[in-house]
Amino acid sequence: MKFTEDHEWLRAEGDDLVVVGITEHAAKELGDIVFVELPEIEAMVAHGDEVVVIESVKAASDILAPIDGEIVEVNAKLTENPGLVNADPLGAGWFFKIRVDDISVLNDFMDEDEYQEMIA
Amino acid sequence: MDDALTAPLRRLPLRDLHLSRGARLVPFAGWEMPVQYEPGVMAEHLHTRASASLFDVSHMGQVLLRPRNGLEHLALALEALVPADILGLPEGRQRYGLLTDDSGGIRDDIMVTNRGDHLLVVVNASMRDADLAHLRDGLGQTEVQEVTDRALLALQGPASEAALATLVPGVATMRFMEARVAPWQGSELWISRSGYTGEDGFEISIPSVAAEAFAMAVLGQPGVLPAGLGARDSLRLEAGLPLYGNDIDRTTSPVEAGLSWSIGKARRPGGARAGGFAGADRVLRQLELGARRVRVGLRPEGRQPMRAGTALIGPDGHVGHVTSGGFGPTLQAPVAMGYVDATLAAPGTDLTGEVRGRALPVKVAPLPFVPPSFKR
Repeated sequence: MKFTEDHEWLRAEGDDLVVVGITEHAAKELGDIVFVELPEIEAMVAHGDEVVVIESVKAASDILAPIDGEIVEVNAKLTENPGLVNADPLGAGWFFKIRVDDISVLNDFMDEDEYQEMIA
Repeated sequence: MDDALTAPLRRLPLRDLHLSRGARLVPFAGWEMPVQYEPGVMAEHLHTRASASLFDVSHMGQVLLRPRNGLEHLALALEALVPADILGLPEGRQRYGLLTDDSGGIRDDIMVTNRGDHLLVVVNASMRDADLAHLRDGLGQTEVQEVTDRALLALQGPASEAALATLVPGVATMRFMEARVAPWQGSELWISRSGYTGEDGFEISIPSVAAEAFAMAVLGQPGVLPAGLGARDSLRLEAGLPLYGNDIDRTTSPVEAGLSWSIGKARRPGGARAGGFAGADRVLRQLELGARRVRVGLRPEGRQPMRAGTALIGPDGHVGHVTSGGFGPTLQAPVAMGYVDATLAAPGTDLTGEVRGRALPVKVAPLPFVPPSFKR
């Protein structure tokens, strides 16, 4: 699993898919999440695009696309049960899967040790 | 430069206790305040409605008004600043009031208690200094004394009565908005049966030196947990209670704000002391003819909250805006309040709110969203 400076995690699935979610640290900072707006399937997104809107009891936040690619699947369970992001941010609380041209793009991101160091 | 950005944050007497209970401290109105504890805003909110929560509201200003020539003169002098009936406030009772300005805007919302030979006033943290100056200006023959050596705690929720009665015998017989002084381990408590969550509960002023021991004793009672400002905000929003600086301010009048009920009968046209308060011309005219815009409850469709500042659109364009909005944990749905044209204020009216560039449906709804459980 890889991590971004924006507290997202990225996990490779197969040869060309990346699953994206937010870290435990981010979920805790945001507080109770009450609404998640997911991107459209088949949307082409570029690094830095706003792809997910999260509303917690405190505030609204954007999740930016960490990489270029095509959205191929979203976690529809979050629409009915946004609290999954708090309950299991690294598992059942994933946001979307994105298809990338070159999976080696993941090498550019932090590994877990580097991420833990950043938030320490 | 704004003082709020440069002055050091004021620390609560209970700071150490908050930290030991896992509080997250944030700046608020010049104070370092617990916004939430480990369980989080949602859990603290639900716990308050189901059991009881202890809130530290020591940032609010406690002000003693001591008359030099009798309480009646003081009450009449205060009535020049406040449209509430202060002269008719019995000893041992508390009343909600508004400090108005000359154009009928709201300078602050306050609680006034008759303590026999003097009054106790509680004001909002953000307005503390301004209110003190205003009270000193307006109440010539009165000693205006800011209380700086006391903490203020709010114990809120259905388990509050049993919890406090264990420590302070006799409080169970108090009714909503009743106030009394009671001893606790050598300290003098100023207790009122009130709060700002829509729940039954108490507000307790206690000398700062005894505050930690008292708070520990309260938190040791069955069903009592600490809760922060985050839960207090969502609780008061569900209860339809306005927050000064968000929902009411000098651009809103008592009538627009839906707070006409706080204007005493004696202060209204035909009453014994009609008018005579700052901005009375405008306020009494609105009372008679209605205001052009009014504060309403709002229920957004779906789950996405509509935050403060959201523009509200009616059939013919812009009709108002949201002044407070978030997610109501009790309702498990977003709730908001705001101002709309009076012609569109009827519950059930369909409007749209502009959220992040999109028009989302929202319905005008009656306030409060969650009925109060005060012990009247």
